[in-house]
Amino acid sequence: MPTVLDFERPFVELENKIVELTSFSRERELDLSDEIENLSRRANELKRSIFEHLTPAQKVQLARHPDRPGTEDYVRMLFQDFVELHGDRSYGDDPAVLGGIGRFDGQAVTVVGHLKGRDTMTNLSRNFGMAHPEGLRKALRLMLQAEKFGRPVISLIDTPGAHCGIGAEERGQSQAIAQNLLRMSALRVPIIVVVIGEGGSGGALALGVGDRILMQEHSIFSVISPEGCASILWKDASRAREAAEALKLTAQDLLSLGIIDEVVPEPLGGAHRDPETAGNLLREALARQLAALKDLPPGELVQRRYAKLREMGRLEG
Amino acid sequence: MVLDLFKKPKYVTVHRDEKKEIPEGLWVKCPQCGEILYNKDIAKNLKVCRKCEYHFRLSAAERLSFTLDDGSFVEDDANLVADNPLDFPGYPEKLTEARQTTGLSEAMVSGEGSILGCRIVICVMDPRFIMASMGAAVGEKFVRAVEKAVERRLPLVVFVASGGARMQEGMVALVQMAKTAAAVKLLDDAGLLYVSVLTDPTTGGVSASFAMLGDIILAEPGALIGFTGPRVIEQTIRQKLPDGFQRAEFLQQHGMIDLVVPRSRMRETLARILMLHGCESENVSNS
Ligand SMILES: [Zn+2]
Repeated sequence: MPTVLDFERPFVELENKIVELTSFSRERELDLSDEIENLSRRANELKRSIFEHLTPAQKVQLARHPDRPGTEDYVRMLFQDFVELHGDRSYGDDPAVLGGIGRFDGQAVTVVGHLKGRDTMTNLSRNFGMAHPEGLRKALRLMLQAEKFGRPVISLIDTPGAHCGIGAEERGQSQAIAQNLLRMSALRVPIIVVVIGEGGSGGALALGVGDRILMQEHSIFSVISPEGCASILWKDASRAREAAEALKLTAQDLLSLGIIDEVVPEPLGGAHRDPETAGNLLREALARQLAALKDLPPGELVQRRYAKLREMGRLEG
Repeated sequence: MVLDLFKKPKYVTVHRDEKKEIPEGLWVKCPQCGEILYNKDIAKNLKVCRKCEYHFRLSAAERLSFTLDDGSFVEDDANLVADNPLDFPGYPEKLTEARQTTGLSEAMVSGEGSILGCRIVICVMDPRFIMASMGAAVGEKFVRAVEKAVERRLPLVVFVASGGARMQEGMVALVQMAKTAAAVKLLDDAGLLYVSVLTDPTTGGVSASFAMLGDIILAEPGALIGFTGPRVIEQTIRQKLPDGFQRAEFLQQHGMIDLVVPRSRMRETLARILMLHGCESENVSNS
């Protein structure tokens, strides 16, 4: 059963009715095409008006939607000849982070990304996409390898945050994040980052430094989860809706704040309702951004990347 | 001789706000051993408990006075202040309150000074200022300090204390992690020394950016250092954390920092490190 969010219910109910009517008309050999067309139009109008006025809290729900396509889906849709590469070569292999090489539009690229699960089993085995230090170090190892072979890096972000636990602390979660930030800022090949779902704080940023930062239309990127923010600010996690607004965590808000470069459109109703179209829209954006970066000499690429970071939150005085 | 010099550190006299660091009154109870201590006594002992060596947290002014040569500090960017990039409700009031209680404009104080004659660029963080969280102002001050170090070819010493990224600045705060980490690369490229000294507490986004990127990472005894705070971890995993977890000594055991240095030896240790990296201390050459 697909998960239906509360605000999706009105048009999902209409869509279900359309399915019912269609099979009913087929069974009884009745011509209900006028009614069906009418209902379809109404469903679409409803969907459009709901999606035009999504609140930040609703965006959070969409970004976390269990049926939303994840890193593995986009890897399947966008990259050919993909070979997964495992391990950080020093401690272990983190199933919450995917890494590998493949072809995008004929060109060899390195792909890294967070892996959330899609059911209880895979959620548990992948730790809900929350990386341990070894996962972040695996990604870094593969990015340095990409630098050696001169191929671009595509990083797909979808995580509630870095893992919090004893082992992660013992093995240097902070150190792993910090190293990734420094190395990614200076990597001599193009890096394109795409937030495809949830961009949770330091664990997201650890794969999130690049020449272009893209966010899918209904993804979020935040310094803290709205629930966490609400419980710190108001000692009340149920005020997450207010916190989601205050944090300016939507793709649209972050574009206007100058934190990201592009919002990648999703099919009406969100990526989870039509993963294939979502994949095609992402492919178009990636191809365009890669083309714009491909002729820059490595030195200039790194210089521009640093200059962009340097301007983030620049203050006078 | 070089080493004799270290035995008599000189300290700047700075107007200290003792009341704010140690609870009001003449006496204070040590949070670690419970000993009742005379405020003036602890202040004379670099704010370390004489009985159990507990290191009290320091204000930025105290840190500078305990670390730098008398009168050597010249502050930079003293007027750099945060704005409210997200129009976050209640944030301007929070900033005003922090400024009033600390007398500081932001959670980091930066400038130039010397340790036993070795010139350095120095940043110190003050945990009284919104838990020394990092927003755009802290990020900007750190990067400017790096730029100054590169321009003047001086080593950078940073005393870290922070609860993490400043929530009220949202993603503008989070990207300061990337901005400061990227700036450290400028020091690498210039072949300049960067020493970070982790003090209580060093957690979250600051711990996961410039704090952990020192060429040499020192820490004060007992300092809490980690990515996620212990209370959050405890709530998440629903089990009690082992004794000493995320303390400076624990990090040293796990290979995450170079050395735990008691406050009484910090100046000497920093001076040694600076000299081993080519600083020609005026004091030493004159002696
Ligand atoms: Zn004590």
